[in-house]
Amino acid sequence: MHDPFLQALGGIVPEERLLLGQAELLPYESDGLTAFRAKPRAVVLAESAEEVIQIVKTCHAHDVPFLARGSGTSLSGGSVPVEDGVVIALNRMNNILDYCPIFRSMVIEPGVITAQVTQRASEDGLYYAPDPSSGPVCTVGGNVAFNSGGAHCLKYGMTSNHILALKVVLPDGEVTTFGTASLEGVGPDLTGMFVGSEGLFGIALEITVRLLPVAETFYTVIAAYDTLERAGKAVAMLVASGLLPGAIEIMDRLVMEAAHAAVGVEYPSRAEAVLIVELEGPTEEVAEEKVQLQQILKESGAFEINPAKNEQERLMIWKGRKSAFSAAGRLSPDFIVQDGVVPRSRLGEALVEIQKISNKYNIRVANVFHAGDGNLHPLILYDGRQAGLYERAEECATEIMRLCIALGGSITGEHGVGLEKLVFLKEMYGPEDTLFMHRIRDAVDSARLANRGKMLASAEAPALFSHGLHPLEKQGIIFRN
Amino acid sequence: MQHTIPTGETGPCGEKMAEAVAACVHCGFCLPTCPTYQQLGEEMDSPRGRIFLMKEVLEGGLPVDAAAPYIDRCLGCLSCATACPSGVAYGELITSYRTRAENVRRRTFSQKLLRKLILKTLPYPGRFHLAATGGRLVRPIARLLPRQLATMLALIPGSFPRKEPLPECMPAKGKRRGRVALLAGCAQQVLAPQINVATLRVLAENGIEVVVPRDQGCCGALAAHTGAGKEARAAAKHNINVFPRDVDAIITNAAGCGSGLHEYPLWLAGEPEQEAAGHFAARTVDICQYLHDVGFRPPPPLTTPLPVAYHDACHLAHAQGVRSAPRALLESIGNVQLCELADAEICCGSAGSYSIEQPEIALQLGERKARAIIATGAQMVVTGNIGCLMQIESHLKRLSHPIPILHTIQLIDRAYRAEG
Repeated sequence: MHDPFLQALGGIVPEERLLLGQAELLPYESDGLTAFRAKPRAVVLAESAEEVIQIVKTCHAHDVPFLARGSGTSLSGGSVPVEDGVVIALNRMNNILDYCPIFRSMVIEPGVITAQVTQRASEDGLYYAPDPSSGPVCTVGGNVAFNSGGAHCLKYGMTSNHILALKVVLPDGEVTTFGTASLEGVGPDLTGMFVGSEGLFGIALEITVRLLPVAETFYTVIAAYDTLERAGKAVAMLVASGLLPGAIEIMDRLVMEAAHAAVGVEYPSRAEAVLIVELEGPTEEVAEEKVQLQQILKESGAFEINPAKNEQERLMIWKGRKSAFSAAGRLSPDFIVQDGVVPRSRLGEALVEIQKISNKYNIRVANVFHAGDGNLHPLILYDGRQAGLYERAEECATEIMRLCIALGGSITGEHGVGLEKLVFLKEMYGPEDTLFMHRIRDAVDSARLANRGKMLASAEAPALFSHGLHPLEKQGIIFRN
Repeated sequence: MQHTIPTGETGPCGEKMAEAVAACVHCGFCLPTCPTYQQLGEEMDSPRGRIFLMKEVLEGGLPVDAAAPYIDRCLGCLSCATACPSGVAYGELITSYRTRAENVRRRTFSQKLLRKLILKTLPYPGRFHLAATGGRLVRPIARLLPRQLATMLALIPGSFPRKEPLPECMPAKGKRRGRVALLAGCAQQVLAPQINVATLRVLAENGIEVVVPRDQGCCGALAAHTGAGKEARAAAKHNINVFPRDVDAIITNAAGCGSGLHEYPLWLAGEPEQEAAGHFAARTVDICQYLHDVGFRPPPPLTTPLPVAYHDACHLAHAQGVRSAPRALLESIGNVQLCELADAEICCGSAGSYSIEQPEIALQLGERKARAIIATGAQMVVTGNIGCLMQIESHLKRLSHPIPILHTIQLIDRAYRAEG
């Protein structure tokens, strides 16, 4: 090994944990968004915080970009390697370092699987609220980087609302801590700044998460509608009524078909859309809210309202919902998962417009989303083997994004900007906002080594979608499949 | 996932392999259920990583030998197929791929030798018996032999049970409700012939007549799953010929063989026998599923309560979708208290000849399974596959918890026999 940089990495981890061969690097070329791939220079399988610190310091000293990778489930290309950089794989750092049920907190390494936090805490009647659909797979480190949401963030907020403290290594190798073990921190909310920074501010080494007591009672219903728009309007009515369910979700016919094929859940046969609503809380409270909920659902035009009869049925409803993205593989050989937000009061309108866009491009769009907080996930279905269809699907996706901005929403609810939304960030924010973000980034990482090319690409970065090749593509560093 | 696999040039299963690759959306839902990803913690040893590697090899962008170590480490347990929301036919992909890769890959002399040894002895009861006896004699010098060979020797039991010749036909007891043919299995006949005897008795007890075709051979699964396509095809063709057509079902009592029989249409893709293979596979059913479906007569209750841990054999649960039938049969016996295992979907590490070829991983998985069983406090273990049975038995012994282990059908047989 003549490369002094690789030699230095070899001094930090044993040979078998420094991956350099073609077959070893290939599986790390992409994440949950396979439209983008890039070859890393090396993958390092880190097993301790000390190793991560040394690797980051080495990258900084040699001016080599790096990024952290957990389970590689990002849907925005957040863990696609960039610019011949180093992938620091954290999935082996999956220890629970401290668990304090009395203080309802847990200190974990970044590679801990999200669902395992709840698993560990469940014996004490506690759980970790953020529940991204990939919860059994994704890591908390990745959730911190992307401020992941999930069905239940309607009531409980996103990841940032559940992170108490962080020990991080900054892009220059400096180690620091943000936040405290309690919610009442003093000074600027640096934890809040780090959460959702998409890996641009460094790597979390230790994460202190907040745990909540499990609700006493759940009441979960599936309400069937004959149009998607009607289901969308029902959400606005629910929100306006003052009810605050744990989750409000919508699935359309296509998504129901996919979820049925994937996990065998049954949905009302004539429904064009279903609303999943989950009430949770003290038994007496839920009993009251149940009546109110049923009333609203009836008024909103639901022709069938099926409550889960037991815990098993409730879990099946969620299993069906959470398998939706992956199950879309059954509907179409290729698809783009979009992630946008519209104001909840304009949900019905947005759905009608999306249907129009779908008709215009003659591209099927399946809809599944966290309706309660207006977070849309249109699945744009296409067959990449047919010439021109990928481009058409991209244009369709682009138009849906612009619709979200026009309606006063946002370009991402929870998947992040990553590689996929680079172009839209500039459409959503003016030049001053963008410049401000760049200044903060430069204050933390002047060399722009950490997850380079994501979220805040160079200020001149052209559109990734509709205006020809991305500069990284031109250089052959990233390429589309 | 998009691909450019030249399906016209990748053999009769090219289209099937391409379909599986296309269905993968790289979401990662397979990661937490993959035993090798759990143990090794690297993408190359995960289902989606392997799909990526196979795709690249089939597209011509990666040499077959570069991907080989990771493809070889796949247990073929198909836990990933159960977890996959997108419905990737991983089993079809890897079996077809292995057959294809075998023709071009390079193996070392000792690898070739070991492979020959496995494929030429295990599927033949007579040879296996002989080889094992010979193996026991050289065990004292095992340390001087290559590692994998030494592992193989260590796996040979101290002694074999008495041979149990099976009748060509076992009549039903009482009114005949059905007629089936039994696949006797090869290693099973040497290692635990009592399983077949128990199967015949339980079927007779339930009014089912059983024929045991004399000329039947190995199911071919061992060959197919190690890429020996020619041998697998020959085995499949032979069995399709010698099994009678006038039976209600072809019964298997070893999960690995059962899933092998179900794969006959895949192995024989493009061959004249493909259609016959489809009919053959459609009639193949696991013993527990068959008994459950025809209406099982529950045995009398056991005299004392018995906590029983049921181990899901991967090739029953993941490959054939048989999970509830064996549990239902066991639960119908009074005083049997079923215990569920933690991480039940994870393989025990036996996986055909895997424990010989990849001893380190097999050892870790075997120990993990044994610990999960011990944690339940069960006083007996039952499972539906001879490979799992041997693996779990040896690991329970290693951990000084020699809990008795039986095939599901043996426990049922015992319950009937206590009836007198």
